[in-house]
Amino acid sequence: MWPEASMIKVFMLVPGVEIPHLCAQCHDYPCVSACPVNALSVDNETCAVLVDKEKCISCAKCIDECPGNIPFLHPSDNKAVICDLCGGDPECVKVCQEAKFNALWLIREGKEWAKKNLNRKLFAQTPEELTRDVAANLYGEKAEELI
Amino acid sequence: MPRGYAGKFLEVDLSSEKIKDATFDDETLKNYIGGRGLAAKILWDRLGEKWETVDPLGPENLFLALTGPLTAIYPGARVCVSGKSPQCNGIIGSTGSSEFPSELKCAGYDGVIVTGKAESPVYILVTDDKAEVRDAKNVWGKEALETIRILNKEVRGILQEKAPNVGKWKEPGLIYCGPAGENRVRTAAVMQKVSHAAGYGGYGAVMGSKNLKAIAVKGRKPLPDVASPGAVKILWREVDRRCSRRDRTWPSAWGTGYGGYEVGARSSSEPVRNWQEEWHGENSFGGPKFDFRYWVKRYWSDFNCSASCMKLAVIKTGPYKGTFTDDPDYEMQAYLGPNLGIFDPGKCIYLSALMDYLGFSGINGANTLAFATELYQRGILTTDDLGFELNWGDVEAFEALARKIVRREGIGDILAEGTYRAALKISEMKGVDVTKYAVHVKGVEIGAHGTRSGEDMRPAEYACSPQCGDHTSGVYDAYEDMGMVFLDSAVVCSFVDGELLWDFYRAVTGWDTTEEQWNRVLGHRIIHIQRAALLLGGPDIVWDPAIHDDNPPRYYEPLPSGPYKDKTTDKKAVEEMKKQYYEAIGWDERGIPKSEVLKKLGLGDVDRALDRLRN
Repeated sequence: MWPEASMIKVFMLVPGVEIPHLCAQCHDYPCVSACPVNALSVDNETCAVLVDKEKCISCAKCIDECPGNIPFLHPSDNKAVICDLCGGDPECVKVCQEAKFNALWLIREGKEWAKKNLNRKLFAQTPEELTRDVAANLYGEKAEELI
Repeated sequence: MPRGYAGKFLEVDLSSEKIKDATFDDETLKNYIGGRGLAAKILWDRLGEKWETVDPLGPENLFLALTGPLTAIYPGARVCVSGKSPQCNGIIGSTGSSEFPSELKCAGYDGVIVTGKAESPVYILVTDDKAEVRDAKNVWGKEALETIRILNKEVRGILQEKAPNVGKWKEPGLIYCGPAGENRVRTAAVMQKVSHAAGYGGYGAVMGSKNLKAIAVKGRKPLPDVASPGAVKILWREVDRRCSRRDRTWPSAWGTGYGGYEVGARSSSEPVRNWQEEWHGENSFGGPKFDFRYWVKRYWSDFNCSASCMKLAVIKTGPYKGTFTDDPDYEMQAYLGPNLGIFDPGKCIYLSALMDYLGFSGINGANTLAFATELYQRGILTTDDLGFELNWGDVEAFEALARKIVRREGIGDILAEGTYRAALKISEMKGVDVTKYAVHVKGVEIGAHGTRSGEDMRPAEYACSPQCGDHTSGVYDAYEDMGMVFLDSAVVCSFVDGELLWDFYRAVTGWDTTEEQWNRVLGHRIIHIQRAALLLGGPDIVWDPAIHDDNPPRYYEPLPSGPYKDKTTDKKAVEEMKKQYYEAIGWDERGIPKSEVLKKLGLGDVDRALDRLRN
């Protein structure tokens, strides 16, 4: 197991406020366009961002351009890591369903719809931004003291 | 190095700020594993010869924060803290959960051994295969929320600066002491997150005595390799499935957050008003009252655990608005509820959170609050002593007293010594014996499970335990009770389904140790070392098994109310169980581990040390 290599990170910058942080698959893929060496591409089937590790030069431009700074460099090879949806059969969904939390479901969308779904980009936020909102939701005014 | 281990321990001498790696040979690890077992071994090897003279709050003591080979790989990761206990003068293994242990293993360390004392407040920052001692003046004196906020920000800033390109740094794993620990309150807990306490033993005070505010750790390496990755994968999936099964109502899905009513009403073993009663049928204190009004999260766990026993309680209205804490679990519900004459979940949550924020153990410290309140009820402590009235149910008074204790002000300085030591001092001060109102075993305040109704703990379960008042690790047959010693040594949570535990252990470590071997031999070694340290004791208090291997006097008073009215702990049953346990574990009639038993187990040095007591 390798928590720091996981494509899904869970931040807890404020106690009790868990922030799962993973690729939101923006309709316009700013990370892909930011890559100077075309190491990033969009999978035809899943619409997930794929990283070509051979091409990646670890410049971190994808991280900077992502509205949520979601990609990160892998702790061993220093190449970009972005959730690839496990090739269309995500392990996170399986384990969540097995645990009967049913928090995650697999929804299959066509590529055309994915391009139109502008909402997704709104989920690409930094852990700090997300923490601010979720903490306020949970703790009200008290949240401001905690961040 | 065997599998499941990161491979080395970090040793920090705060007096000289020298940092080095420590290792243990395979045989030692196989025998003592980690956590409580290895802590006992380390403490004994380093301090055993002079045990009686070591001041638990002096620089000679060690502060240990250890994981085990199963930690973070098996669901339910915990870290075990230990040292010479400022409560009982023995060795207690006290565990608490967070991402600290997984971060530590990912940073390449199985544990941290802290010696000496820093000149001024410091914290230890551990990153991949490295550690440094850093100034902590900016967090000294701070309560939990501030401590976490400041250290998260500082450590993330340091990491970001060191490696600006790798992406967003997660917060570090953190153990810390609160103001209670800083002021060496003997009932101070070692805290994690905001409300996860390793409370028994008083190790928050040991941190404080070393001027050690916190240990922060961030690791980027993988968890250690396991011996049989295929087997571990299958076993992990099955354990995960079991602990997340929604059809099991307890403990996996609900934790013990429904216990505050149930244990009082059904088994009649919940402390009420300093254990003057153990029954209450107050519907107002029922689980649904916590659940519907205060729990904003019903399913919550730390890394790698789907048991979801944790809750998140937030007070959204009224004078305590904005207060939040985990659960509170049954122990907090009992000790900061009925045992203080409180039957209102909101008030209980407020006080639970307060104890967490102060780093003041919600079991041990809260026991002292109730003890003081009973003395006030009986007119032994007065408003002159306290500066205010101290009546059952009065939240403001309890808050004032808790803060006084944590600051060691006035009477607080005496109560900061823990219930038993305070009882001795107050008896002397007032010329009246108040030790009979102190509910503890060998200086450790007892968990919220009584013996009197016969429906909960066994008659001598606490009396003979080297963990003293710890409700999670009582003793009974010197066989089955070794299971908890194993969990504390492999350092995983007891709330995770344990059926596959031993298969899991073998698959992770590659060792062929069986449960039978552990229960008959390996576990016994740990208990004997803990026992030897406890009996040698010192420097301020030494326990006599003939007197102190017993329940507190209160446990022999008849229950005044409830379905078990008039029932009490049968003294004969206690003596009988004590005798049986001594025989089973191999202690003589005086309660001292027998020479031949120790020699057979290869504990010759423990045997020689005990000669100091035998003669």
